[in-house]
Amino acid sequence: MTDNAPKAAPADFEQATAAADQTVASFDTHGRGPLQKLQHFLHNFPTTTPLLVLVLAVLVFGYFGAPRFLLVSTLSIILAQVTIIAMIGVAQTLVILTAGVDLSVGAITVLVTVVLGGLTVGDNAFLSGPLALPVGLAVGLLCGAINGALVTYVRLPPFIVTLGTWQIYYSINLWYSDSATVRAQDVEDAAPILQWFGNAIEFGGARFIYGSVFMVLLFCVAWYVLNWTAWGRHVHAIGDDPEAATLAGIRTRRTLLQVYMAAGGICAMAGWVLIGRIGSISPAAGQSANLDSITAVVIGGTSLFGGRGSIVGTLLGALIVGVFRTGLSISGVEVLWQDLAVGVLSITAVTIDQWIRRVSA
Amino acid sequence: MSAPAAVLSARGLTKRYGRVTALNHADFDLYPGEILGVIGDNGAGKTSLIKVLNGAVVPDEGEIRLDGQVVHFRTPEDARNAGIETVFQTLALSPALSITDNMFLGREIRSQGILGKVFRKLDRGAMERIAREKLSELGLMTIQNIAQTIETMSGGQRQGVAVARAAAFGSKVIIMDEPTAALGVKESRRVLELIKDVKRRGLPIVLISHNMPHVFEVCDRIHIHRLGRRLCTIDPRLHSMSDAVAMMTGAMAPPAVAETV
Repeated sequence: MTDNAPKAAPADFEQATAAADQTVASFDTHGRGPLQKLQHFLHNFPTTTPLLVLVLAVLVFGYFGAPRFLLVSTLSIILAQVTIIAMIGVAQTLVILTAGVDLSVGAITVLVTVVLGGLTVGDNAFLSGPLALPVGLAVGLLCGAINGALVTYVRLPPFIVTLGTWQIYYSINLWYSDSATVRAQDVEDAAPILQWFGNAIEFGGARFIYGSVFMVLLFCVAWYVLNWTAWGRHVHAIGDDPEAATLAGIRTRRTLLQVYMAAGGICAMAGWVLIGRIGSISPAAGQSANLDSITAVVIGGTSLFGGRGSIVGTLLGALIVGVFRTGLSISGVEVLWQDLAVGVLSITAVTIDQWIRRVSA
Repeated sequence: MSAPAAVLSARGLTKRYGRVTALNHADFDLYPGEILGVIGDNGAGKTSLIKVLNGAVVPDEGEIRLDGQVVHFRTPEDARNAGIETVFQTLALSPALSITDNMFLGREIRSQGILGKVFRKLDRGAMERIAREKLSELGLMTIQNIAQTIETMSGGQRQGVAVARAAAFGSKVIIMDEPTAALGVKESRRVLELIKDVKRRGLPIVLISHNMPHVFEVCDRIHIHRLGRRLCTIDPRLHSMSDAVAMMTGAMAPPAVAETV
């Protein structure tokens, strides 16, 4: 069991590599086919695809569909139509970046609208519009906090948590509102501020509601936070590899809780805008928002596996869905084919995402 | 010649998980400027020892001293703030983020003035400059693009980024857990050179490894861990690898006289 020259031993077996190529892991940038170059490009600039699809869709519908599609007025209508989904898409993007999903976003949005209506309109109303708004925001934050607490502290999968809270928030919404719609006229009389986002800036035949402007501002804020603050980088890191994020010193659970609360808060704002957009308050509104927001996020190139994606992509994704629906509708295509088109778009988007993710392999 | 004061030392560390005793009154000493190897069979408690030293686990008993002062680490952040950096076996890098983002993950630099204080804006320029500086110091600037994401890099390069991160922020001690385990022969060589580089810059290193040739090549002393405690510390110049393996598996008694530094 004695080895008289231990120091010589380590070098010995490595002698064999002396004749080998001594470069360690150099970068192999040549020898890529055009397809791989495209793959790398998309990997570095993931919003390229949705942007191209959007521009192409607008041109195709304008050229082959109906010429009036290209009118600024039509495009401004599309923008108004996608405002709510795009706003909820911001909330959804935050959650999906952490490798989660929030199925309760639609229910939170509607719950906030009926709470705002219940507090200000009708026999039991006891708050003025401006005072009801903070309460609505608090309801959204609370709903998000419940989701976040169940995900982070009880450690349940986000899908199950939000599937459950979706039903719960929706039931509370029906109970609180007595399943009754508040008429637009009543809202206008009691709390006109709730409809404020429905006001519009008009020029050149186009009609931009305040809500759409607010939505774009929300995207700017979200983009800044995700890309230019430490918190935003932490959100990406947690979705990418939660264990690595924890070891690197990120307070994973606190950040996750904040993400779900932010999502709830954004949904509350979307609720306010929703009242402005449709005027009335209906407990049945916005039920498709869950899946539509996920569709927008996915078409926008954000990965359902977390960690990578872009908030700008979500805006593009929401616009693409809007352009397809309106374009097909103007071209006289039935609603069922619109749904089919959106389905095909989603699956294609995820397929492209999978392909891009394999870039490093 | 009296021995220099230990940078990091521990006495009587004990950690039990139910009926399993992971650490049984373990001692530990790390002296200035040295590379200390920590070896031990699977289940000997190496990992528990390291986790106690870097704050990931709070011991049931025992005390840790850093520069002679008793410290109580409750979280890895505490240990980091005290100047102890760890390069984890899993590296703790986020694949989709850039080199710079990873190096500063959890300790980002904010801009000066109102942009940083109110809007919490990151100072990307400063972070990139420092990241490039640190990588160059360790001769790692074959990594050309600092905005490159980790997932596009080789195993050795990733290890390099993790080591550079530890070297950039560790002011007292760097702990490395199996830094060569996942690497090929040539990449391991690069990482070993990197470890020696870090040592030359004056930082003491704790190297946990199963790779005897690597441990014997770079370490100044070797701490042999067995059954939850320090069996002995040996001088790699006086013992062979087979001696070390025999001691850590219990086939050979440790040297009777403690070997000096």
